Amino acid sequence: MLTLLFDGLAYGMLLFVLSCGLAVTLGLMNFINLAHGAFAMAGGYVTVLMTNRWGVPFLLTLPIAFMVTAIAGGLLEKALYCRLYDKTHLDQVLFSIGLVFIAVAGVDYLMGSQQQILNLPDFLRGRFTVGGIGIGVYRAFLVVVCGLLAIALQLILAHTRFGSRLRASVDDRRVARGVGIRVNVIFAVTFAIGSGLAGLGGALGAEILGLDPTFPLKFMVYFLIVVSVGGTSSMTGPLVASILLGVADVLGKYYVPSLGGFIIYIVLVAVLVLRPHGLFSRAA
Amino acid sequence: MRMKSVLTGAITALSLMTAAVPAARAEDPVKVGVVIPLTGGFQSNGRQINAALKAFVATHGEKAGGKQVQFLVKDDGSVPDNALRISQELVTNDKVSILTGFGNTPTALSVAQLSKRAKIPQVIMVAATSSIMKASPYMLRTSWTIPQVASAIGKWAPENGAKKFVSVVSDYGPGKDAEEWFAKTIEANGGTVISKLKVPLANPDFAPFLQRAADEKPEALFVFVPTGAGAAFMKQFVERGLDKSGIKVIAMADVTDDDLLNSMGDPAIGVITGGPYSTNHDSPENKAFVEAFKKNNDGMRPNMVAAAAWDALDLIYKTLDKTKGEADGDTFVEAAKGMQIASPRGPISIDPDTRDIVQDIYMRKVERVGGELYNTEFKTYTAVKDPAAQ
Repeated sequence: MLTLLFDGLAYGMLLFVLSCGLAVTLGLMNFINLAHGAFAMAGGYVTVLMTNRWGVPFLLTLPIAFMVTAIAGGLLEKALYCRLYDKTHLDQVLFSIGLVFIAVAGVDYLMGSQQQILNLPDFLRGRFTVGGIGIGVYRAFLVVVCGLLAIALQLILAHTRFGSRLRASVDDRRVARGVGIRVNVIFAVTFAIGSGLAGLGGALGAEILGLDPTFPLKFMVYFLIVVSVGGTSSMTGPLVASILLGVADVLGKYYVPSLGGFIIYIVLVAVLVLRPHGLFSRAA
Repeated sequence: MRMKSVLTGAITALSLMTAAVPAARAEDPVKVGVVIPLTGGFQSNGRQINAALKAFVATHGEKAGGKQVQFLVKDDGSVPDNALRISQELVTNDKVSILTGFGNTPTALSVAQLSKRAKIPQVIMVAATSSIMKASPYMLRTSWTIPQVASAIGKWAPENGAKKFVSVVSDYGPGKDAEEWFAKTIEANGGTVISKLKVPLANPDFAPFLQRAADEKPEALFVFVPTGAGAAFMKQFVERGLDKSGIKVIAMADVTDDDLLNSMGDPAIGVITGGPYSTNHDSPENKAFVEAFKKNNDGMRPNMVAAAAWDALDLIYKTLDKTKGEADGDTFVEAAKGMQIASPRGPISIDPDTRDIVQDIYMRKVERVGGELYNTEFKTYTAVKDPAAQ
């Protein structure tokens, strides 16, 4: 039972890292970026390629995956996304889903459509027992890394100058510009970091979620669920939502395997019926 | 509804056209349309088929039954609608006499009506659902069927000390077939399946399912998941320490696909699977096949799809030899019935009643042979027919 809870926690944490970038772009910048999963996939492929083909240590590939996708995100923001901030949501959706299809086809062409198998280093494999609970080493690693990330993000957003500038730019772009905040730079940096986090999530998740070219489409729904259940006002919302979904998913699959993947949708519906703006919504 | 009427219209037009075409002259080549998934979810099947085609033409030449044989390879992107459209174009524009390929059940079924109405022999290279054969009287198959393999495993397991099973299958058509036929045969042989778990196709995190399976304390797991997911399954199985808990994994051949087996690494060692073909099957036919395949494809390793594609091509050539190059639907299928072939996987034949394949099914165990991982065969069930068709 506790083992299951722990598995669920790890799964939820992973979902959090994958979707917190989306919470930032969607919630703070008010931009619908369905191509978020494409960045996650890019991060995953960076890690798999580097560990399996070039023998780079797995831990070292994680920051690289973050950097590569952050840079890619930054470039795309400057080249394409920044033109769409003022467009309607429909335009944003059409644009970003188009990017997803390009990414899927591109990866299919370059890497082939088969599942990529990540070779983890030995110290992350296996399993240990604490007080009768069996815990997978890699899942424990996930919980620690993702937990630290969540804390760091919340601190940055709530307690740094960058965080307050970002929130100011989001609340009223014109006034923020008026008081001398360089809104465009703030948005570009935020977008890059959001993409980088997605890339890191993809890299961490390659082991558990699998990795193939349809990754962005397969997990788009999960990201959107996390963001809609969690609300987009802070980092706490998506975090709680991810853990809730992760645990519900794992427990559901264990106790009612015939319902399998449906459990999270039931949770989604239940939450949205009770709180249409998500668990932690800002008064709109 | 509209789709259907358009389709019927197209097919009627088609049959009119084929009727209007004058009888083929002797010097005309026999055209074979190869409809395979070179992109999309079943890409690995398409890759293996294409490689097998290359190796086959390189070794057998381009003549059969005194006629030139011409192959037209098209990509269906693993999508049934595409497969139908491409096949229609092949039949109407390119005037192919035989259609082959078909990397999964939906693409095979989508073309069945065309094959039936236009009387075009459709030779299935991969699609493994039993029911396909009934969809067109011009259907022939050289791959395998899910019940054929699952029932062999269900027979072998109780005789070898594993009676209490939990089955773990992917939640899609072939997965259901595998679960059903495994349970059926193992119960007939004194075993039980205490729990049947279905894993969503799109979610390869097996953690909760594995935990559940382990808590039921079976003697072994019966597993059927698609190729790529198989690798993830075995990894998580070992990560949970289940390999040391005495629970065995007995799986369908897809889980330890020869194409991916080497990259699966150590977690795969010791896994027992049932399947129609292993790359290190010990026979002169297989040696020649593997050698030709590797030589023509930069050392790529053939898997059971490649073997099935090779046999489909062999069947087409041998049948054309028998009909002296005559390739119209009725003559061709009649000649193909009962055909016996010394295949790389062992002796196979085409069942005259069902037009389906009859073949040996092997129980294999993953071992390291000369630095590479192989499915080593240790037990043979000879001349297995598709149990679902009987």
